[in-house]
Amino acid sequence: MGDAIVIEGISKHFRVYHERNQSLKSAVMRRGRGTYEDFLALDDVSLTVPESSTFALVGDNGSGKSTLLKCLAQILVPDAGRVTMNGRVAALLEVGSGFHPELSGRDNVYLNGSILGMTRQEIDRKFDAIVDFSGVEQFIDQPVKNYSSGMYVRLGFSVAINVDPEILLVDEVLAVGDAAFQAKCTEKFAQLNREGRTVVLVSHSMPSVRAMADHAAWLSGGHLQAVGPAAPVLEKYEESTRGATGNAVIGGLEHNGSGEIRIIEVDVLGHDGLPRVDVGDPVRVRIAFDVAEPVENPVFGFAVEALDGAYLAATNTRNAGVPLGLVDKPGVLECVLPSVQLHPGDFIVTAAVTDSTTTHSIDHVRDVTRFTVDSGDRTWSGGYLALPATWGPVDVTATVPGRSA
Amino acid sequence: MSLIADVRSSRELLVNLTRREVKGKYKRTALGQLWSLANPLAQMLVYTLVFSVIIRITPEPGDPSGLNVFALWLMCALLPWTFFTSVVTGGMASLVGNENLIKKVYFPRSALVVSNAFAATYTWIIEMSVLALALLLFGGNPLPFVPLVVVAMAVLFVFSLGVALLLSIANAYFRDMQHLVSIVFQVWFYLTPILYPISEVEKISAEHGPLFGNVTLLDLFKLNPMEGFTEVFRNLLYDNRLPEWSTALECVVWAVGALIVGSWVFDRHQKRLAEVL
Repeated sequence: MGDAIVIEGISKHFRVYHERNQSLKSAVMRRGRGTYEDFLALDDVSLTVPESSTFALVGDNGSGKSTLLKCLAQILVPDAGRVTMNGRVAALLEVGSGFHPELSGRDNVYLNGSILGMTRQEIDRKFDAIVDFSGVEQFIDQPVKNYSSGMYVRLGFSVAINVDPEILLVDEVLAVGDAAFQAKCTEKFAQLNREGRTVVLVSHSMPSVRAMADHAAWLSGGHLQAVGPAAPVLEKYEESTRGATGNAVIGGLEHNGSGEIRIIEVDVLGHDGLPRVDVGDPVRVRIAFDVAEPVENPVFGFAVEALDGAYLAATNTRNAGVPLGLVDKPGVLECVLPSVQLHPGDFIVTAAVTDSTTTHSIDHVRDVTRFTVDSGDRTWSGGYLALPATWGPVDVTATVPGRSA
Repeated sequence: MSLIADVRSSRELLVNLTRREVKGKYKRTALGQLWSLANPLAQMLVYTLVFSVIIRITPEPGDPSGLNVFALWLMCALLPWTFFTSVVTGGMASLVGNENLIKKVYFPRSALVVSNAFAATYTWIIEMSVLALALLLFGGNPLPFVPLVVVAMAVLFVFSLGVALLLSIANAYFRDMQHLVSIVFQVWFYLTPILYPISEVEKISAEHGPLFGNVTLLDLFKLNPMEGFTEVFRNLLYDNRLPEWSTALECVVWAVGALIVGSWVFDRHQKRLAEVL
């Protein structure tokens, strides 16, 4: 098995103009010399991508991943170094670019296909597969300007993925389409791998990278930090984000806070151990946490939100009057709610750890878990809360205001 | 030359991009492609009114065709001119207008300029066919000259494409170019004997004598490549005779020169297009 892509010491810098003025006058005024700073987007990066692998490029924003991908796609030309691509390349940097809004979906498939380097016969042959994959059969002869944005993107993606490249470059385009379409795409990538094709992808979604990539490279500030089999590289990358204060993404969840304690998992458990309860039933909330540094009297809490974002209620250990003392070991904290008085529906749980004053955030995870409230044996008439009401029989003897007895 | 290699490798793309231009242009109009004839017709009416009826410019009758219709005489030169300007201005707009595409997909960038030129050619062919029909109706005999007209059109295509390649790159770096070029084209239009016969310039030139050394005003006028093309198209279509060899050769030299310079500059700069746009 050979290498699909060989990158030898490529560098790319951009000129960041202090005064970007694309006019002749300004060019003459500054006598051809712009006032700019060189920004090194890629600094002497060398790596090889093995054939028929799924190769992930990870790194923070501005780390140079997209620049590297664009160099591979020949959109940008590196200032130094060499890129060797062994095979036909298709780049999925933006789907549906080049669609002409007034032309029909059919015409646009041909147009886009040829932009991506397919011949007419090839497109003829794959036309049905493309349309089928996109799921816009019904509208294929409509102008694409009448398409919904989802249809637009799906058609563009279907064209690109049917180019049958030996090397496919993908930039963050997996985040398009509905869940069903995304599943289809993931499946398609897996199929490409099985057929011995190489996929290079840039993504911020660690769960999807973990699921798909077998090799990875981690870039930071234009430098290559690590490259090799996916698991250790991704582990290193995640470790680096965890160490930093502020925002971090762990296991696909976004954490905010200084990070002495990290919330690992939150479970909402009904009586049968599932995150499902009937109105009025008791529920246990278990918060599992990891400790990086001991914290004196931290405050754990969680809040419940409706799906539309309405903030419904919250509780924490300080309000409940339970000081936790010194927390220096990982553990699980359990909170029991004796009766859930929420209207049937789905709810979002946000968990947080603060210091003893509750003003400094140690960890905060929005949407850490969800749970469902079922109606039980009654019917409910809307809103966020369940009123545990009992209604009496009609009392005809009571006085009605404005009516003489 | 890598331009030729690019064009050869992206034939499919060129066809599709040209179709996009042609089909997209008159979508959702009731008259469709007929609109492409409206503009030259309106120009013909206005210029004929002003320059033939009001100012009374009277070009020599066609020799040997004997045609003596100002509007037809005008169109024989005006249609090539409008083709030239639409290739150049369209080519300049094509790189800037497809910025999104250039930044996201790799393909030979020259395809955008070339396909725009093809789309303009498509319109031009329709216009020229209508003109040939009109010439026939008014008693001219353009049919034997059709093959040569096609050759002349090809030469003008090459010239226009060369200029378009050069200026489209310039426009990507300096957006001033599009405004500058529209002014230059206005001046150029009136300096080219389209609305008046070159014989008028000859007269004035003879009155003044040489401007400096041996150079007369007429010589300066003849430096204009479009003057040569105007003469060739009028000779073939209106007069129904062969143009002078020197004039024809001059056109070919201009065309080849423009294409070489244009594609050389384009090649050198197309790699950085994704950054400068």
